[in-house]
Amino acid sequence: MNSSNTREALMQYAVRLGDDALILGHRLSEWCSNAPFLEEDLALTNVALDYIGRARMFYGYAAELSGDGRSEDSFAYLRDCREFTNLLLHELPRGDFAFTMARQYLVDQYALAFMEALLQSADAQLAGIAAKAVKESRYHLRRSRDWMLRLGDGTEESQRRLQAAVDELWGYTHELFELDDLERELVAAGVAVDSEALKPAWEAAVRATLDEANISVPADDWSVRGGRQGNHTEYLGHLLSELQFMQRAYPGLEW
Amino acid sequence: MTQVADRIPALPAEEHERRQRRARSPVPALWDLLDEVKDPEIPVISLWELGVLQDIEQRGDTVVVTITPTYSGCPAMTVMAEDIVAALQAAGYSQVLVENRLSPAWSTTWMTPAAQDKLRAWGIAPPGCGSGAVAAAVSCPRCGSQDVRELSEFGSTACKALYQCNSCAEPFDHFKPI
Repeated sequence: MNSSNTREALMQYAVRLGDDALILGHRLSEWCSNAPFLEEDLALTNVALDYIGRARMFYGYAAELSGDGRSEDSFAYLRDCREFTNLLLHELPRGDFAFTMARQYLVDQYALAFMEALLQSADAQLAGIAAKAVKESRYHLRRSRDWMLRLGDGTEESQRRLQAAVDELWGYTHELFELDDLERELVAAGVAVDSEALKPAWEAAVRATLDEANISVPADDWSVRGGRQGNHTEYLGHLLSELQFMQRAYPGLEW
Repeated sequence: MTQVADRIPALPAEEHERRQRRARSPVPALWDLLDEVKDPEIPVISLWELGVLQDIEQRGDTVVVTITPTYSGCPAMTVMAEDIVAALQAAGYSQVLVENRLSPAWSTTWMTPAAQDKLRAWGIAPPGCGSGAVAAAVSCPRCGSQDVRELSEFGSTACKALYQCNSCAEPFDHFKPI
């Protein structure tokens, strides 16, 4: 790769990580004033803030790399569905509380390992963002893992709901560990995380948690992918219509 | 010797460097000036004591202030940057630039013991000098009891967890060690 290609690839990578963070952050923020009780409301919105902060850092870096006057807001508010490159797991509707916590647990277990690996990136800015994120993800995981045990080992209803959530989410987790050409090139350059390599440890940790939570591990008999290529579920457009409404209706609006 | 070193919590290297930057700064008056800028949500400790204020430089006519964010999405960071600009402008420095530095990542181990005492007096259990998994024992800022329980991993802001004292029933925030 020549240097302008590398820069473009790095920008796209930063946008991908920004998209993951923004979309999940938005889903979590939907719980604001809707959570089952006050402490959970605070917790979910605090985690949402961590993710939205992460998105700002990744988009801010992408904007800097683009060198064409784009800002973090251009990435968040002025792109359509097909231009978003988040992994599909992040965009699924929040569902019930069990669904939200099951998704969060699966993501947290992944995000912690991902950010620990990104700490080693040859790119100083990505490593710097990871240094902040890794500390937050440690807290996120402690909490979401605790909820897995409480719901799975709770009432008949909470166990049933959690099992249904895990079953529905499982097919979306495979995509977390797949690399395309862009990421393979950046892995070779020491910049990106080799997410394929994260799978064995992730799966071992998740299986242990599910066992402890009385949840059976779903079969690997279906999987969905496409987020990194801009092929999304029907849900993302609805999310964006809410997220982007103000900037679309009043372009350039500032608080 | 190693035994002693194991028992005495060493100042993290990056915190040592931060203090050196202030001690050797050619613009000590600017550091003193920014001692007046407090955390917008905990108005008893300054940005310096919090560990957020990293460096101050004069580049030509511009004062460049470097800060490190506490949490990625902490909304107080914007207010802190605005407060820094306002404080310097009020003192006659019209050109002010606030830069963010992500690495090394902010840690509660950079907080001075004096700042930890101020937190406790303000009703917040301080983070102690450990970080991450090596959390110090949390004690009630009101009665000092260590018989406390965690109500929620997250409190009124991202940096705090919600606790309650079993001895005096006081609910309180604990500044999480990271």
